Amino acid sequence: MEAVKQQAAPAARAINIESIHRGDKVSLADETTCLELKDFNLFYGDKQALHGINMTIPKNRVTAFIGPSGCGKSTLLRCFNRMNDLIDSVRVEGGILLDGDNLNAPSVNVADLRRQVGMVFQKPNPFPKSIYENVAYGLRLQGVNDRLTLDKVVEKSLKGAALWDEVKDRLHESAMGLSGGQQQRLVIARAIAIEPEVLLLDEPASALDPLSTLKIEELIYELKDKYTIVIVTHNMQQAARVSDYTAFMYMGELIEFGATDELFTNPAKKQTEDYITGRYG
Amino acid sequence: MSNKSFSSWMKSGSPWVWLNAGAVSISLVMVVGLLLLIAVRGLSHFWPSDLMAVTYSEPGKEVITLVGEAIDSEVVTAKQLSRVGVELPQDQASAQRLLIKVGNRDYFGLDFRWINQPWMGEITYPQDLLSIERREWGHFYGYLSSVKQQGEMVVSGKDAYAELQLRLKRSNKLVNEIKSLAKNEIGKINHGLEEIRLEKRKLELKGVTSSSLQFAELKESEKLLNESYKDLQQKLAGLYTALNRDQMIVVMSDGREVEIPLAKVVQAHQPNAMSVVEKSAVYLHELWKFVSGDPREANTEGGVFPAIFGTVMMVMIMAVLVTPFGVIAAVYLKEYATQGPVIRLIRIAVNNLAGVPSIVYGVFGLGFFVYFLGGNIDELFFQASLPSPTFGTPGLMWASLTLAILTVPVVIVATEEGLSRIPRAIREGSLALGATKAETLWRTVLPMAAPAMMTGLILAVARAAGEVAPLMMVGVVKLAPALAVDNIAPYLHLDRQFMHLGFHIYDVGFQSPNVEAARPLVYATALLLIVIIIVLNLAAIGIRNRLRENYKASES
Repeated sequence: MEAVKQQAAPAARAINIESIHRGDKVSLADETTCLELKDFNLFYGDKQALHGINMTIPKNRVTAFIGPSGCGKSTLLRCFNRMNDLIDSVRVEGGILLDGDNLNAPSVNVADLRRQVGMVFQKPNPFPKSIYENVAYGLRLQGVNDRLTLDKVVEKSLKGAALWDEVKDRLHESAMGLSGGQQQRLVIARAIAIEPEVLLLDEPASALDPLSTLKIEELIYELKDKYTIVIVTHNMQQAARVSDYTAFMYMGELIEFGATDELFTNPAKKQTEDYITGRYG
Repeated sequence: MSNKSFSSWMKSGSPWVWLNAGAVSISLVMVVGLLLLIAVRGLSHFWPSDLMAVTYSEPGKEVITLVGEAIDSEVVTAKQLSRVGVELPQDQASAQRLLIKVGNRDYFGLDFRWINQPWMGEITYPQDLLSIERREWGHFYGYLSSVKQQGEMVVSGKDAYAELQLRLKRSNKLVNEIKSLAKNEIGKINHGLEEIRLEKRKLELKGVTSSSLQFAELKESEKLLNESYKDLQQKLAGLYTALNRDQMIVVMSDGREVEIPLAKVVQAHQPNAMSVVEKSAVYLHELWKFVSGDPREANTEGGVFPAIFGTVMMVMIMAVLVTPFGVIAAVYLKEYATQGPVIRLIRIAVNNLAGVPSIVYGVFGLGFFVYFLGGNIDELFFQASLPSPTFGTPGLMWASLTLAILTVPVVIVATEEGLSRIPRAIREGSLALGATKAETLWRTVLPMAAPAMMTGLILAVARAAGEVAPLMMVGVVKLAPALAVDNIAPYLHLDRQFMHLGFHIYDVGFQSPNVEAARPLVYATALLLIVIIIVLNLAAIGIRNRLRENYKASES
């Protein structure tokens, strides 16, 4: 399906925005800020990977990061829940504010932060446990072991991730038996079970078949009412389809950030235009 | 074959396939051959083989009749024979000779005897030849003459055999009663008396005067125990009198009549008169006695149950000790320690530990665990029983600990391997849900690495079960007076010395006075040790496979 759409898109001015279902016209100025970056720099050892990034990510909207491979979009995404802490050589400068608080401050508990900022990875990574235990994992971590509460949350989360109907009869079977697309939705269910504020999606559909991709995209559309969603994608059509705002990154710099319609139809920068028309990247 | 086709054959790679297949086949043949040899030699020992009777007259010596079990035969040259003073007839260059187990060690001096074919008479297998297994002095072979009760003849002739079996049943029952009385009730009283002695000593150490109330109480209970001991003593004496009621009269091959008290007899058969089915029943019974019985006669007779028990016990305690040790070390090395030259060095050291000769561990165990740790434990907690040591002497606990140290590198290496195979994505998934590193390890990573830990444990068990040398220093003995588990609190006695199948093989095979009689037992014990190692391994492998089942999909 993806392939078909790609073929259908003409080589020149890429995407037919009118054909995409979306809400009202949006503007950054009217939005509530959820995440804010101020002169943010990131270094891998001596090498700088992100250069002076300033942007605000609006609440309850879908923001997409696009750009060529190695441009730093995944690295930036992983800064929002401090996943980069796992890499010893990473050093950051500048601030990332979540609801006005610097999340790199020493007083911040990383585990608490990650409960607020959930993440879904490129490849589905369910735990080798039952479907039920996968979804309940985050709650059990918080010490919730009450059967009734867990049952309720598991059902709600699986319904929220549009997976309930497919798995309700086999909740206690291994999650490893699900298909790739189902696994990815399970991982989303697992993430929303602990009700985060922000949901980070790191190329969530790149390892999936077109049908599963479509389901994930529909799910993202439904989830934005409740969560602020930041999605990294290689697929510009996907960005155009699902996001309200799009940021184009190149070589560790934020080149352009704006409403998706605007960015795709009328890019302000030459680099953006070159990228979305397929001249490089 | 032309040159070209040969070189293309070489190129095709089939020579290597043949070479590998050949190497594998040779290894298999060797392993299977070894197992077969051990199994055949070990298992055939328990078969009640026929008893032969033969007349034998070496020139210049009187004619004798020999009765016994044919064990072995070989061909010897005239030269060899003349060297021991036996001259063959001129025209014969070599002769067959036969090894007979003649038994009756207390009368003949030797159990075994070589006889030379040229002077043997006809071999017969008399139906009424009796094979008697005695509690002391090994087997006795002869003809049953009569059964007596308190010196009075009861039955003689044909019916004696049936009567003998009945009375043997009774005497064996009495022997068991005496054994359990001595072991359980008298054992308990002895234990109680020892406790009282220790209590007294404790009070003395505290400086309590011997006229105090506490001493009086102790003395009172000591008196009670002594009284019940006297009662038991009487009961025991009664049992012994009952046991010593019956005797049997047996005629030896040289015509002498011998009286054997039934109290000294384990069992008696007439193997020549038995059918294959009857023999099979006796065979299975013998096999069971070997596996479940206590050793007798300096381990050369009876069973090996204490050794089996000791081996399994030691391996299990070792497994319980080594797993947490190894896993914690591996988790630290892999997950928490900063990877650098120091950790690399430690890792190399750990790997090399696996190559240290095991006797070195034995010496270390003796010096550190037994003398240092055990000695200090005694000083601190068992002051009353000093100078006789409690933990400051070789024992089960120290043997298990020593073997745990010996096998810990295997567990560390296997666990580290397992930890590094857990996909990064799984760890990140857990961390992204707000788990700390420790929670991630505990809830996700360690369960997933469990099969690898089990692999390490399997290797550790295999190594530990077969290890003998270090054990000789830290707890294994030739004959342990009691098992490590019994009915006296605290039920598990880690300070006790124990028996081990590996050491049993060494002891029976090389330290026993009667090598010829012990040889089949060495094979049987070796077979048993192999079987136990296999069973322990299969159990561990079974557990691992069940664990693996859960994580199969994530590993692929």
